[in-house]
Amino acid sequence: MTPRASRLRPKASYEIVVIGASKGGLQALKTVLSSLSSDFTLPVIVIQHRDKKADESLNELLQKVSALPVEDVEDKYPIRPGRVYVAPADYHLLVEKGSFALSLDEPVQHARPSIDVGFESAAEVYGRGVIGVILTGANEDGAKGLAAIKRQGGLAIVQEPKTAESPRMPEAAIAATEVDKILPLEEIGPFLVGVVKRGGG
Amino acid sequence: MTDKDLEEIEIQLFLEGIYRHYGWDFRDYALSSLKRRIRACLQEEKVKTISGLQDKILHDPSGMERFLNAVSISVTGMFRDPGFFLALRKKVIPLFKELPFARIWDTGCGTGEEVYSLAITLHEENLNDRVRIYATDMNEEVLKKDQEGIFPLERMKEYTENYLRAGGTKDFSAYYSAKYENAIFRPAVKKEVVWSQHNLVTDASFNEFQLILCRNVMIYFNKALQERVHKLLYESLAPGGFLGLGSKESLKFTPCESCYEVVDGREEIYRRIP
Repeated sequence: MTPRASRLRPKASYEIVVIGASKGGLQALKTVLSSLSSDFTLPVIVIQHRDKKADESLNELLQKVSALPVEDVEDKYPIRPGRVYVAPADYHLLVEKGSFALSLDEPVQHARPSIDVGFESAAEVYGRGVIGVILTGANEDGAKGLAAIKRQGGLAIVQEPKTAESPRMPEAAIAATEVDKILPLEEIGPFLVGVVKRGGG
Repeated sequence: MTDKDLEEIEIQLFLEGIYRHYGWDFRDYALSSLKRRIRACLQEEKVKTISGLQDKILHDPSGMERFLNAVSISVTGMFRDPGFFLALRKKVIPLFKELPFARIWDTGCGTGEEVYSLAITLHEENLNDRVRIYATDMNEEVLKKDQEGIFPLERMKEYTENYLRAGGTKDFSAYYSAKYENAIFRPAVKKEVVWSQHNLVTDASFNEFQLILCRNVMIYFNKALQERVHKLLYESLAPGGFLGLGSKESLKFTPCESCYEVVDGREEIYRRIP
């Protein structure tokens, strides 16, 4: 499948990046985050499936490769630009205007945090200001969420399944919506940087 | 006007209607999670719009009951965050041994897993004759179920692991009997528990407590309501009393931050400065 010509917009119109990953996600996230330089201006929210007993060690691993500060999310914390936020284990992560909200509602697609839940709430609040990214994973979480982002006029990016440790999640996302870009893993970070830096559309 | 704007209006009217007709006040709930729950209700009730849902619920009290269940029940487990219960055992409960009697308030106790975890911990610290746990929730149906002390047997393996990590000293299976797919907790476990209906949003305090647990309840509230509830909790604590929040909640950015000292920052346990 070839990527459709995307309708990229000036940087001012994008407000937030949400990234969903599951199996194989740690390596993929490291690759993406390591190419975001410290002057990246948007908040980056990471929803990675993991064991419900998981601690904050994922944040530490990501901080090692990220020029941006990687922060824990607590309920109602403000969302600030130029930071990476990681969804805590065993809560759904939702966003409100300018802050996070957590919930203990039923797992969705057997997952908590669920990528669908996080993406749908980002689409709802930030509308066309959302850039959604689906990376590697062995389930179909995130497909509905990415479709919601597209419906609200946001930008949908999916890791090229061939470059994914587990292709199922990217494949499901591609099947669920007309994505704007399908990119090899290494190109996702630089692409985000380009979109955000682009001044004139 | 977009569909989204219209939906916002419908939600406000719907919540206002429920408040004025039934007295349940969800107007200051966090919108993101409340919307998800309302949308799930639309499907359940087979209506297309929130206005349609409003019609159904305002004219049918049983619809209100279903809505209440949909918005008030969250999904948790026994000894969720074992580190929290371990910290209670090590840093808070020993101080209760010096008191003639301690009152504990477990707010928004929901499906009861936390109450039983707490009661078991107090038992093992030999405090059972000198404490009372007031377990409250706004949903009376849930409270009735809590009192039965029946939980799915299939989760006992996970709960036993949590219990051990929480500093449990006994054989966890001694606390319940297994019957079909249920684990039925022994009546002795809940001897000190008093269940009662209480709504943090609309009800005042009803006693003075040495420990209040309000864990993962306020995540469903917006900032303004959180501040009101924090004030209620503060006023309900005895001087030097303890407050336990959920592991991803904190007093940071709340007006009550300076009213407490931190007992355990990681586990979100605080102590009211007298």
